[in-house]
Amino acid sequence: MNPKRKKRLALVFLVVLGVGTAVALALNAFQENLLFFYSPRDVVAGKVPDDHAFRIGGLVTAGSVKRQPDGLTVQFDVTDMDETVAVQYTGILPDLFREGQGIVALGRMSPTGVFVAEEVLAKHDENYMPPEVAEALGNAHEKATGTPVPEPNRRQGS
Amino acid sequence: MWAFLHRFASPRYFYNLSGRLIPWLGWFTLLLMLAGLYLGLVWAPTDYQQGDSYRIIFVHVPSAWMSMFIYVVMAVASAIMLVWKIKLADVVAQSSAVVGASFTFLALVTGSLWGKPMWGAWWVWDARLTSELILLFLYFGYMALRAAIEDRNTAARAGAVLSLVGVVNIPIIHYSVYWWNTLHQGATVTKFDAPSIDVRMLIPLLVMALAFKLYYFTTMLMSARCEVLERERNNTWVQELAEKKA
Amino acid sequence: MREFLNMGGYAFYVWTSYAIALVVLVANFIAPMRRRSELMNSIARRLRRERSR
Repeated sequence: MNPKRKKRLALVFLVVLGVGTAVALALNAFQENLLFFYSPRDVVAGKVPDDHAFRIGGLVTAGSVKRQPDGLTVQFDVTDMDETVAVQYTGILPDLFREGQGIVALGRMSPTGVFVAEEVLAKHDENYMPPEVAEALGNAHEKATGTPVPEPNRRQGS
Repeated sequence: MWAFLHRFASPRYFYNLSGRLIPWLGWFTLLLMLAGLYLGLVWAPTDYQQGDSYRIIFVHVPSAWMSMFIYVVMAVASAIMLVWKIKLADVVAQSSAVVGASFTFLALVTGSLWGKPMWGAWWVWDARLTSELILLFLYFGYMALRAAIEDRNTAARAGAVLSLVGVVNIPIIHYSVYWWNTLHQGATVTKFDAPSIDVRMLIPLLVMALAFKLYYFTTMLMSARCEVLERERNNTWVQELAEKKA
Repeated sequence: MREFLNMGGYAFYVWTSYAIALVVLVANFIAPMRRRSELMNSIARRLRRERSR
């Protein structure tokens, strides 16, 4: 390679490296702002903003979902296996909302320590399998640990 | 080796070779795509959590992969153009931009159509979705920059620098789901672990991914041929060709 | 067949995704074909003009 090309190649590498470093530093500095949601642990530790709405994310505790008589208001617990936060929400829940499922809720803390949500989104995992495989896996899991896996409510007619 | 590369990089040789390649690539793409559609929509089983809505994966994930792959091709071709001054590399970069932007758009739109029924929202500003949107703007910026500069060599160099600067976004898109809390789930196939997807769902996904990749090569070569014709319009071999066609 | 089209209740989302993908892919395929024939025509036209002068 002639020296001119070598110089240009070095320049290209320097540009990519320089921009990469700058962006990495910037992202690192704004780490907090890029978090889409806080965990219940952050809520209990008081790391969440109290002056504006924020999101919390975690798993819906099995058996904690209670519907109010009006049929629209739901109360449930969200946990990160460490801490638990009670959430109250009025509105339509996404199809994937179920006990044991991950969710992300937007809202704010009420003075009584209940998280009042104005929006609830379901977070699904990266696993894809047919129901019969899931069932077989669940049975194996149950045999191994003695605890049942939350049963997904299958859609009718599919 | 160098002799071959230089011969290949000659516009006329490239034009003829790609002309012979494109029909093969095109038909093979169509065949794979039809196979992928059948496998994905009919043969693959229903998902245990998401029902049939998960079938959007067979266009969404290959589109997202291609949006990143094409950007990397564009950046590498740009670097080759800058360092070795090979014009054909610039043609490849330029012809990739539109297809790349299309796949980025498809990844965003199909993701939105998947997010609404499953997550409960068309769009959220989490790190994965936002970085993919930035990728779309990078493609748009690249095309706009090239269109805005009159002189072809200056336009090529400016575009190349922009595409190299933007390449940092690619690892950010891929790792965003690990670096930050996001609503988007983690990787299913492209991780160091075994893919956490049933084989009967994985096969259609990979068939579609291959089909999309061949589709990209087909359309990119088609656009590149046009670009070569346009740039060489004053050469005799192009004029002879045009006369024969007319 | 009806069950297939219904997509377990997600017909709108699934079919819209595939339809948009189809439109975009076909458009990207046709555009360079048209561009090439237009280019060829314009080059041939210019040649004829120059010859007749």
